[in-house]
Order: sequence, then C-alpha cells, then structure tokens
Amino acid sequence: MNRSLSWFNVTSLVLGFAFLYIPILLLVLYSFNASRLVTVWAGFSTQWYAALLENDQLLDALWVTLRVAFLSSLAATVLGTLAAIALTRYGRFFGRTMFSGMTYAPLVMPEVITGLSLLLLFVAVGMERGFWTITLAHITFTMCFVAVVVQSRLITFDRTLEEAALDLGCTPLKTFFVITLPLILPAVLSGFMLAFTLSMDDLVIASFTTGPGATTLPMRIYSQVRLGVTPEINAICTILIGIVAVVVLLASVLAKRQEKMRRRAEQIAARG
Amino acid sequence: MAMAGEKGRGRLLVIAVPYLWLLALFLVPFLIVLKISLSQDVIAQPPYSPVFDIAGGWAGFRDFLSQLSLANYGYVLSWDNEFIAAYGSSLVIAGVSTALLLLIGYPIAYAMARAPKGLQPMLLMLVILPFWTSFLIRVYAWIGILSPEGFLNQGLAALGLIDQPLEILNTDLAVYIGIVYSYLPFMVLPLYSALEKLDGTLLEAAEDLGCTPFKAFWTVTFPLSLPGVAAGALLCFIPAVGEFVIPDLLGGSDTLMIGKSLWTEFTVNRSWTASSAVAVLLLVLLVVPIVIYQNIQARQLEAGR
Repeated sequence: MNRSLSWFNVTSLVLGFAFLYIPILLLVLYSFNASRLVTVWAGFSTQWYAALLENDQLLDALWVTLRVAFLSSLAATVLGTLAAIALTRYGRFFGRTMFSGMTYAPLVMPEVITGLSLLLLFVAVGMERGFWTITLAHITFTMCFVAVVVQSRLITFDRTLEEAALDLGCTPLKTFFVITLPLILPAVLSGFMLAFTLSMDDLVIASFTTGPGATTLPMRIYSQVRLGVTPEINAICTILIGIVAVVVLLASVLAKRQEKMRRRAEQIAARG
Repeated sequence: MAMAGEKGRGRLLVIAVPYLWLLALFLVPFLIVLKISLSQDVIAQPPYSPVFDIAGGWAGFRDFLSQLSLANYGYVLSWDNEFIAAYGSSLVIAGVSTALLLLIGYPIAYAMARAPKGLQPMLLMLVILPFWTSFLIRVYAWIGILSPEGFLNQGLAALGLIDQPLEILNTDLAVYIGIVYSYLPFMVLPLYSALEKLDGTLLEAAEDLGCTPFKAFWTVTFPLSLPGVAAGALLCFIPAVGEFVIPDLLGGSDTLMIGKSLWTEFTVNRSWTASSAVAVLLLVLLVVPIVIYQNIQARQLEAGR
C-alpha cells in the first residue's frame, strides 16, 4: 500500500510523534535546569550530572544492572535462537504445542505473575536470592522476545542455501555456523539488543526475585521517584536515553551498510 | 548412518535445551504458585505450609494433599476485600485503554503504511525508538507533565483556559494516559505490518468500481487489517490488566488495579499464599486472551513457511 498522504495522514503522524516525543524531550530539557523544582525553568546548569557522579548508591545500582543485562541477554540470545530454530526447522515433535505456547506466553504475561512465580521457585529450591536469581529470571522472560525476533527472520530465509551446503557434505553444525548464522545475524543481534534493554528496564520481576544484596537501577530510580521527583532522576534518565539512542542509531547505520554490501555482492554474483 | 545419528542428536539438543529451560523456569514456577495458593501462611522459612517432602512417600503425599485448602481463594473472593473490585476495574481500565490505543494507533499506522517507501524505515524507527528507552522513565516523565504545578497546568493557565490547576495526577485519567502512552508502539507496530502488506490495487479496484474512499476503507482496508488489530489489541490488553508501575506512580490511592493489589498483598501484608491465589485467579481471567494471542502469533509466524 503506497499512495499519496492526505492531510489527515500527515496530521495523525505529526500528532502521534509529538505525543511520543514531547514527554521525553521535556524530561531531557529539565535535567539541565538550575532549580531543584522539576517544572520551573531557572537557567542552564549541569549540576545534577555532577551530583550523579557522587551518588554511590546509584552508580552501584547501574553497575549491577549492566552486569545482569549483559549476562542475561547473552544467555537469552543463545536460548532464544535455539528455540526459534526448533520451532521453524523441526516440523512436528513431541510437545511442540506446549513448547510454542511457553515461548509466546511470556511476551504478554503480566510481570507481577512472572516475578512472583519465579520468586517462589527460587525459594522452593532454596537458592540464595540476589544477582544470580535476577539474571536467571531475566534470561527466562527475554529469551522469548529473542525467539520471536529470530523466528521471523528464519521464516523468510532461503532454505536451498542450507540444503546445498548439506548436499556438498557440510555437517549440520558447520552448515549452521557457515550459512545460517551469518544470514540471520542481524536478527540475532537485534534480539540481543532487545533482551539487553528489556533487562535494563525491568523493575517488577527484579524486585520480586532480588535479595538483600542486589539492587538494580530501575529499583533505585523507583524508590527515589516514590520519595519525590528530583532533577537528579531526570539526569540519570537523560544519560540512559542518550546511551540507547547512540546504540540504536549505530546499529541501524551498520545494518544499512551491511545491506548495501550484500546487495553489491549479489549483483556481482548475478553478473559473474 | 553416523551422519543421521549426529543429526538426530543435534536436533534433540536444539529442542531440549530451550524446552527444558522453559519447563523449569516458566511452567514449574506456575505449578508452585498453584500449590502455594492452596497452602497456609506460617512464620517459618519458607513462610508457608505444608511443604512437600518427597521422602515422605505415598503416605506423606496423602498427608500433604489433606493439608491443602481453598482458604486463600475464600479470602481473595470475599466481597470485604477489594480484590474482586480490583479485577473488575483492571479489566475496565485495560479494555478502555486498548480501545483508545486503537483509535490513536490506527491513524498513525495507516499514515505510515501510505507514506512513500523511502520514508517508511525512518517512520518505523521513530515509533520503535521510544520503546527502547526505559518504560519507568517514560512513566516518570508524565509525573512532571500532569502534576498540579506541571507543564500541562502551566500551559493551560498561560493560555487563560483555567484558573485552578486541574487534578490529573493520581487519578484514573492519569493511568489511562500512562497506559496509552507506554503501549502505543505495541499497538502501532502490528497494525503497521498488517497494513503495509495490503495490496494497493484492491483499493484502486474498489475506487474504480465507484466506492468512495471512506467506503473503500471500511469494506476493503479495515477487514484486511483485522489480524493486526487483534494482535495489537491483545498485545496491549493482556499486560495492561496486570500493570503495576503505571497505576502505582500515576494513579491515586483509590485507583484499583489487580497488579497493584498483588504487589501490596506481597510486600505490605507479606502473605505469599494470598498473593499466589491472586496470581492464579488473574491467570484464569487472562488464559483465554493469552491462548488467542498465541494462536495469532503462531499463525503469523508460520504463514511464511
């Protein structure tokens, strides 16, 4: 569907994007406010960023969050990719319906249920709660997002390439690493990034599954927000938004370049 | 022969690893929740009874079963406690928010799908980008906008439209705004992918045959986009029913939502057994929409095969 935009279409786009972006822009703007009040402008200042660097609790929480996010999204990417392959490549197998059910359900499961059920599991098996229980919980709910992202790539994938490699004597394992993985890599990477941000973002599941030792950044932000709104929170939010924006832009530039190179290679192959 | 064996083993491994992981950390936890919802609170570690001990054998198991009770469900379903009202109001809030999301999201997705092809990746990126920024941050941003001395009230006062600040923060209205804002990308993306696939020649045919654009939309475009509508609506409705952060930060003390009630039961009343019963009943409420969503998801993902 590709036709000219009507006046109504343009208005809905402008209003829609204004709605999505104005709150974030205001938040970023007022992190540079000189006043302690979050809604009254009193001149430009970076004092809240300086204050942030002295806030050890917040920095500790950031460090915990980054480690959890990195480890859990790495494991989630492997597990999610395996799940996607199992669901797209292996046709029918015993318990397939339950498997696909368990892969899609966490996408919409209310976080309070996931959090509570995992906590009760960790208590039942007597696992000490803290860093590792949060990580395990995050692997479980983010791997399903990875699975869906990778699966949608695997479906549109030209299987004759894999078959050719197998016919030419490649082992299935080698075929996967030489043919399949390079082709689905963009999807695997965006699955990894999705898992990473979901893990960094999670408040509810981490709050249920944590112990006395580990406090994540969202938990710290949440308890500060409950005490009152301060420009310091705006500052940390701005930094997080900045990191995400840079990473996403970088990834899309890289993806575009890779796409261009692939097209050129295809053209050369077609000519040759 | 050796090849086939290796292939079979590889296949088994690829299936078994994620399967066992999900069984152990997704399915088994639910069975534990179910079991604990039938137990009683005790002051001990773990804080519920009975504890199932496999060493007890068959007699031990019978003894364990006899100690289970429905007392927690009686507590949750009693009219004196506000759980039933919270279930009801969660369904209403999530339902109304989903309808609002459709009304707001559809025109956006529609315009995106009609935009020039070269522009579409950028528009798509603009919808996805807020989703990458923290959910908590996006909800927090609205506190500054909706509070009595916030941007919205300042703006309206500056325009001379109000002389008293409007009370929006800590009301149900703020919860609706928060849900619509946070879930908008989840609604727009499935709608867009349904609309984008639409064959433009169908619309041209309809118009050539004398359909007005309005009628062509309702008889051609909208029915064809229904899978996207269903996917988007369920993707928003189901998690919104159990939402905790938005009603907690933007809603008032009288905003009833079951996610908040469960959280309070767990953290303030510290009753693990009652919160498990709340979770089980919430899951019972959501099981039909979740199964429908799974079917749509599976059909969409397998359509390309």
